[in-house]
Amino acid sequence: MRESQHHIFLLAAKHKKEDMAHLQELEALTKALSGLGIDEKSLISILGKSDPARRTTFRQRSTHFFIEDERSFERWDDHRINLLRLEFVRFENALVLWAMHPWERDARLVHEALTLVPQSYRVILEIACTRSSEELLGARKAYHSLYDHSIEEDVAIHVTGSERKLLVALVSAYRYEGPKVSEDAAKSEAKLIAKAIKNGDKKNPIDDDEVIRILTTRSKPHLKAIYKHYKEVSGKNINEDIEAADFILKETAECLCNPHAYFSKVVDEAIRNDADHNTKKALTRVIVTRADVDLKEIKEEYNSLYGVPLTQKIDDNANGNYKDLLLALMTRD
Amino acid sequence: MATIFAPANHVPGEDAESLYKAFKGWGTNEKAVISVLAHRNATQRKQIRQAYWDLYQEDLVKRLESELKGDFERAVYRWILEPQDRDAVLANVALKKSSDYHVIVEIACVRSAEELLAVRRAYQARYKHSLEEDVAAHTTGDVRKLLVGLVTTFRYEGAEINTRLAKSEANILQDAIKDKKFSNDEVIRILTTRSKTQLMATFNGFKDDQGTSITKALLGEPADNEFKRLLRIAIRCINEPLKYYEKILRNAIRKFGTDEDAITRVIVTRAEKDLLDIKELYYKRNSVPLDQAVAKETSGDYKAFLLALLGKQD
Repeated sequence: MRESQHHIFLLAAKHKKEDMAHLQELEALTKALSGLGIDEKSLISILGKSDPARRTTFRQRSTHFFIEDERSFERWDDHRINLLRLEFVRFENALVLWAMHPWERDARLVHEALTLVPQSYRVILEIACTRSSEELLGARKAYHSLYDHSIEEDVAIHVTGSERKLLVALVSAYRYEGPKVSEDAAKSEAKLIAKAIKNGDKKNPIDDDEVIRILTTRSKPHLKAIYKHYKEVSGKNINEDIEAADFILKETAECLCNPHAYFSKVVDEAIRNDADHNTKKALTRVIVTRADVDLKEIKEEYNSLYGVPLTQKIDDNANGNYKDLLLALMTRD
Repeated sequence: MATIFAPANHVPGEDAESLYKAFKGWGTNEKAVISVLAHRNATQRKQIRQAYWDLYQEDLVKRLESELKGDFERAVYRWILEPQDRDAVLANVALKKSSDYHVIVEIACVRSAEELLAVRRAYQARYKHSLEEDVAAHTTGDVRKLLVGLVTTFRYEGAEINTRLAKSEANILQDAIKDKKFSNDEVIRILTTRSKTQLMATFNGFKDDQGTSITKALLGEPADNEFKRLLRIAIRCINEPLKYYEKILRNAIRKFGTDEDAITRVIVTRAEKDLLDIKELYYKRNSVPLDQAVAKETSGDYKAFLLALLGKQD
């Protein structure tokens, strides 16, 4: 939607002062529709008050929303209508998700990630790895109630290839949450992972039984200890070595051990100009699901990664009720 | 049905006192221990432990461990623990011997989804590791995939059956058996994620289609394949747990080399569940009452304890 700002400048050159009012409307409408969510109030005040003549002129001037049809009328562009509808519904979806019990939220998000096209393994990874053991258990219970299947049953059926083993094991985990860590085991497991990553071009690390065992059964403190030892073993940080590997391995490692950085990156991607519909959905998902958990830490991490407060980024790029809801969630307590 | 007789009107404090008296002085009054503990259900035993602690500032379990010996001690120790804690201990012990992995399959497949969850929690509390962590670390290859899958699943427990799915998954199993690829990912997926009702429908479909049960079809070459052995046990535990336990007992009660661990495990873990049904099955199959068979091959306090759990009243 923001490429339309370019249009405005072109139009400004062609039509002069008497059309300034129209142009201002167009600009306001474009801005109201740009980014995430809809600025309902300004749409009402602009379009709600215009008479038929002005609306016709508006349609004729808004060539990226309306196309001149061969039968002499200005027709909505279908693609734009869909995008517009999605933006209108962004607030509704956020509110509905917010009102849900966290268990139901996670169960619905996983089910959607499995059954909608395109599939989103990232959402499944995110939920399996960033939730606490009890939260993940709760999601599995809710999944029974909602879908009459177990979560692992559906993940196993819908996910294929190397990812299946990893994802099924991740959603089935009930990790120990105490601080006790065996440094010896962590050291030797760091070696195993380093070897698997080095062999990455011959065999995908997520096909390696030991990598799967370590990532899907070890406690999170134990995994952090592994990452610590990894540098001693391989000379590099694990995230440098994984950079080249499967994105699924990268995201699993990040979700498990540095979820705040993971969430910051996901949210930043969602706010970018060129974000597609699926990427944008992450903004709602992250803010709503982390609001009662660690949004404060995510905000700090975001600020340190990108130099801009997340609340400001959202203020600049989101609109209307959707923006108000997000900011309300982010500035509580 | 359960076999033990537990009176409704028990007073934990009195029981704790009786036990304390049984421990006092030289030696232990084992009969008193049996007459109390063998006739209390899980809730009551928990209350007695609490009362014992309140009265004597001592853990009853630790006291029992020091006062009793041998098979009798092992049996009473397992009996006094809460069911989920008991299963956690059994699983941990089983991991130490690869020939005992079927115990893990038993626990994972016979318990309900919520019970298995409770076992996983109890395991963490006791061993500071998750159950799947330890199972994975002690096993490799296909056995690992099967066992980890079995202990981590949280099966849907509804009665819904998808007949079309049961048919197609029975075919998948049949193909795997035909190609002797027993440990392929699809077999493991089906066994470790589907609900029990769905699985039973699948196994029935298999039998209707092939004329033979899936466990029979899994017999034969290769004979000493550990994965196949555990796979058959998993199927039997899901499909017909009573028959499975009867067979365990039948094999364990031998003139030479009686397997006390197995006898203890079955009797202690099923006494409050379905030991009565297992007894009936045992009698049908062996023409000898289970009590009699156990009495013949065990002795002393251990025997007395087992018989009490089997329903013998003093």
